[in-house]
Amino acid sequence: MTQIFAYIPFSNGVAEDIAMEFTTAAAKIDKGASLTAVLTGSGADLDKVANDMTGLYAEVIKISHGDLSYPNAEVVRKALVNVIPAGAIVLAPHNTFGMDLAPGLSVKMNASYAADIVDFAGIEGTVLNASRQELGGAVSTHVAVDIASGAVITIRPGSFAPVDGKTASGAVVDKSANAGDLSAKRKFLEIVQAEVGDVDITKADVLVSIGRGIEEQDNIEIAEELAKAMKTVVSCSRPIVDAKWLEKGRQVGTSGKTVKPKVYMAMGISGSFQHLGGLKGNPFIVAVNKNPKAPIFQVADVGIVANIIEFMPELTSAINDL
Amino acid sequence: MEILVCVKRVPDTAENEFELNGAGNDLDRDDLVYSVNEWDNYAVEEAIQIVDKVGGNVTVITVGDGESEEVLRREMAMGANNGILLSDDAFEGSDGKGIATILKAEIEKGKYDLILTGAQADEGAGQVGGMLAAMLDLPYASLVNKIEVSDGKIKVGREIEGGNQEMNEISLPCVLSIQTGINEPRYVGIRGIRKVASVEIPVKSASDLGLAADSIGKAGAKTKRIDYFVPDLGAGAEMLEGSTDEIIAKLIEKLKAKGGL
Repeated sequence: MTQIFAYIPFSNGVAEDIAMEFTTAAAKIDKGASLTAVLTGSGADLDKVANDMTGLYAEVIKISHGDLSYPNAEVVRKALVNVIPAGAIVLAPHNTFGMDLAPGLSVKMNASYAADIVDFAGIEGTVLNASRQELGGAVSTHVAVDIASGAVITIRPGSFAPVDGKTASGAVVDKSANAGDLSAKRKFLEIVQAEVGDVDITKADVLVSIGRGIEEQDNIEIAEELAKAMKTVVSCSRPIVDAKWLEKGRQVGTSGKTVKPKVYMAMGISGSFQHLGGLKGNPFIVAVNKNPKAPIFQVADVGIVANIIEFMPELTSAINDL
Repeated sequence: MEILVCVKRVPDTAENEFELNGAGNDLDRDDLVYSVNEWDNYAVEEAIQIVDKVGGNVTVITVGDGESEEVLRREMAMGANNGILLSDDAFEGSDGKGIATILKAEIEKGKYDLILTGAQADEGAGQVGGMLAAMLDLPYASLVNKIEVSDGKIKVGREIEGGNQEMNEISLPCVLSIQTGINEPRYVGIRGIRKVASVEIPVKSASDLGLAADSIGKAGAKTKRIDYFVPDLGAGAEMLEGSTDEIIAKLIEKLKAKGGL
């Protein structure tokens, strides 16, 4: 029987949403598989989340140790290698923690590795069929993963329908004694909180958001004029912050701010999943992009194929004439 | 400090509109524009800045065909001192572990204090750095957006969710994957590339590296791309068409209805 172990990330005593998505993913891998949640941490938070997980998972393993109180990927990896049996399928989120943990875990477990999976099409023999994206979401691919000696797989948050409510009545098994040596060459020091910028994009009902299509720093003025006409502010995607054209506080995305506007004007933004991950509350999305194949058009409500440098001033003057 | 930076030649996402070929199972690769993976430029820039401060050398390395030499030269024009090309027909079809296995074989022949990769490349897996570290039994940190070098160890900042930064102390040697935005990669002009045009770049094959054929390439790959496809994502956006005036008139009506104006 296929054994699947899902690593459950949590903070402040609450499991991340992906905990409810792993169960759907596991069923798409193999409906008959055994599914076990694995949690590492310490103290009351760990116990609470482990207990919460018994409503979703038939078996819940907790590994408790002071060195695991912050999820340092090197320490977590050591614990998982000692607790999860060889040959199993391990699921982790494709987020900043999963990317830190999973590739090395696959090496230490001598297992195959598949990253950022968005769908599964089941197992044939010893091959697991899955789908993922490449080239920043521009293309999709089918991949075949040899699971004969197990696999470590990261799944894209938000790609599998969450299972809510009580679907299992599992029990917590304490495997702390099996964790083994947890000494590490990397030591967690602290979290430095993001700086608060001069503009709070998280409060805006409307956002004029710019991406690579703005082309030059001088063109940001064009977006600011549109934002002014729409009585709001300019936000952006990652490349604009990387280029230091706008401050980090303006960035929408998983590595930036999470925003919940009513209307989102995606101007010259291709629409990577990291960017869309920062967009919540189902806003009305207007996408303008000169590339008709830009992934943003798949998720937008309204799309316009145009060069934003030319389009935005026209829109601004039309709004100002209203 | 001896720093190795692993780089890759990739299709440039900013310069290409990707389409499938006639059979629908691969990219239409005619006329694709290739360049160095964006993340790798930040890694090379960071390596150069560290060496400028504490001394040492920057070596750039890639696994690829003959055309990959151009990306090594580009990074050498930025200021990397040496380049190494790992090239062999046997490497074709390698998965992430295969690439890490090939790099490891060469890395073990040298002595590096710091090994950098880009946080991810064209396939978006972000896997080679973490695999390489585990294979070499070195500590690893991914998505690094800050490096402070001191004696025998370094402090690194990792970009985590919400724009926050996770600070770690990590012993040397180590492997780090570099996130974009950590620095501002310097511009490379034609003149810079010309300067390094005649610098010799050693090319090493599977046998030079003592690699068994079944650990690399297609034969060793446990995760294989089968084909490319266009996913069925539903209807997608309602595309507004017509003259610019017509488009704007339609858009303004919609924005009014949805509370945008």
